[in-house]
Amino acid sequence: MDLNMDLNAPHSMGTTIIGVTYNGGVVLGADSRTSTGMYVANRASDKITQLTDNVYVCRSGSAADSQLVSDYVRYFLHQHTIQLGQPATVKVAANLIRLLSYNNKNMLETGLIVGGWDKYEGGKIYGIPLGGTLIEQPFAIGGSGSSYLYGFFDQAWKEGMTKDEAEQLVVKAVSLAIARDGASGGVVRTVVINSEGVTRNFYPGDKLQLWHEELEPQNSLLDILSSPSPEPMNI
Amino acid sequence: MSSIGTGYDLSVTTFSPDGRVFQIEYAAKAVDNSGTVIGIKCKDGIVMGVEKLIASKMMLPGSNRRIHSVHRHSGMAVAGLAADGRQIVARAKSEATNYQSVYGEPIPVKELAERVASYVHLCTLYWWLRPFGCGIILGGYDRDGPQLYMVEPSGISYRYFGAAIGKGKQAAKTEIEKLKLSEMTCREGVIEVAKIIYNVHDEAKDKAFELEMSWVCDESKQQHQKVPDDLLEEAKAAARTALEEMDAD
Repeated sequence: MDLNMDLNAPHSMGTTIIGVTYNGGVVLGADSRTSTGMYVANRASDKITQLTDNVYVCRSGSAADSQLVSDYVRYFLHQHTIQLGQPATVKVAANLIRLLSYNNKNMLETGLIVGGWDKYEGGKIYGIPLGGTLIEQPFAIGGSGSSYLYGFFDQAWKEGMTKDEAEQLVVKAVSLAIARDGASGGVVRTVVINSEGVTRNFYPGDKLQLWHEELEPQNSLLDILSSPSPEPMNI
Repeated sequence: MSSIGTGYDLSVTTFSPDGRVFQIEYAAKAVDNSGTVIGIKCKDGIVMGVEKLIASKMMLPGSNRRIHSVHRHSGMAVAGLAADGRQIVARAKSEATNYQSVYGEPIPVKELAERVASYVHLCTLYWWLRPFGCGIILGGYDRDGPQLYMVEPSGISYRYFGAAIGKGKQAAKTEIEKLKLSEMTCREGVIEVAKIIYNVHDEAKDKAFELEMSWVCDESKQQHQKVPDDLLEEAKAAARTALEEMDAD
């Protein structure tokens, strides 16, 4: 066990982040662990940040880089909204993030998922991974924990879900990733955005499903040891 | 309503005692001396038409374009000093492509009109620049539907259902007001615009003219383009017939 933990390593968000569209809006979800090497610097961080009233972004990778990019884009979008006289579209927000990510690719290390609702296109999700590509997707996953979710989404994703189905899918997915990824953990936060507005939800550990070794053993051969006559094959 | 602004009209940075900037008013006169330009907003798009007065019989038909595309979805028709108009079109094109690069979507027509108006206004603020001697009719089709704007040499820009500038603007405006634009398609609008331009053309004062028209509508897939040749010929024929009927009265 490496006791020489580098407590001065840059804060990185191991992370699992997810964005999913449903019939009428989007649901964004994330875990809450911020790590400095092996040390958990913040076990309850909020990785889903507001850009405008109707557009939010999930941040992963370097905490500093993702915060700065979000701050710049929030500032540009604010000015854009004033000039335009109406709320900015999700596409514009995603494009501004992409320009910063791409043009500074040598210096930045952050993967972002932009999600929101506007009156022209409805709910939209845009994934902006490390190099600065911009890709519009029906759902997007990111962060170190997402590796464990590709197969899960291939099977569980479907078009035209309801709001509750989508939120349950996101919570289940983040919780599965937290179970397997050491760099993801803490609580599950979700943000639902639609024509009516924005709703934030919070799922602490006791609200999440149990997986694998966390479950009570059923029909386990270990029961033999505690039974009166430990005869194998006699149960 | 012409008045002499003796002494107060030498610079665009001088107000007259009754609060007017004469240089800007003189710039507007340059627009009034040019061929008529009109634009109308129909229920499915915009139609713009220009009365191109031909200076010389040796000019090639179709040359000296007065209507320019600014972006895929918008175009502008210019009246007044042509060289000034070229500058404004170049600036508008540059604003449109810049907006697209930064924000990732085509520039909303309202935003484009504001930027063009700002630029025209800029040239009325400094003594070492002269105002643009042109009026602009800007038509475009964005996600909020078709929109028509007019920009004057003073830098004012308003949104219109129908607009006219140039020599025959008064007569043209009267004709446009008679039309039921909200029920008209662009196809019908093209014919009406041609009729109006032929109507306001003064045969006595100016001999020859060429009609140039463009549209941006559902039929053109929300792209700004020249009106197709067959429709243009149909419009010209209808306009000539209407004129003959009027003369026959």
